[in-house]
Amino acid sequence: MTIWQIISIFLIFAGAFFITVGSIGLIRLPDFYSRCHATGKADTLGLLLVISGLIIYEGFSLHSAKLLIILAFVGLTSPTATHALARAAFRFGVKPRFKTTLRPREKS
Amino acid sequence: MHDFFTLVAVYLTIVIFIPLYRVIAGPRLMDRMLGAGAIGTKTMVLILLIGYMFDRIDMFIDITLAYAVLNFIGVIAIAKYIERIARKR
Repeated sequence: MTIWQIISIFLIFAGAFFITVGSIGLIRLPDFYSRCHATGKADTLGLLLVISGLIIYEGFSLHSAKLLIILAFVGLTSPTATHALARAAFRFGVKPRFKTTLRPREKS
Repeated sequence: MHDFFTLVAVYLTIVIFIPLYRVIAGPRLMDRMLGAGAIGTKTMVLILLIGYMFDRIDMFIDITLAYAVLNFIGVIAIAKYIERIARKR
């Protein structure tokens, strides 16, 4: 087992950990917007870590270039899809659970 | 190394059942669509690992790319639909 395989195993383990954290946040958080936070950041980070580990395991080849294309595409589109869904929910009128203000607080 | 990929694939198959709860029991349409997107993200990793398990990664990489595009287009379509409903009322 070479050093690159050990680095790849470490990256894939880290990605599986972040995917698990995102999934648990998706069912445990109380609000729609906080669930967007969980699945838009942690899940994407886990996917990027797993694909990086696969690129390091593959080495320098055509498959590695295709995996790099998948990494760039998912890193761009997964937060964009979550943001579009959150904006649609905000315009639809989904209220946050806790009271938030959109303007900065007045100084008294 | 193949045993490690098999192990991670089995683990991800178990983890996929956690967002499935949000898809079934979500209060609104948006929550269900968020859970469906999370399931699609995990399925992409699962397809890649299955390609490495069967030594057919040249075929499964293209399937993964197509699946990523389909997942993105699906979520964007539902978001546009919800925005159209919100604009109409």
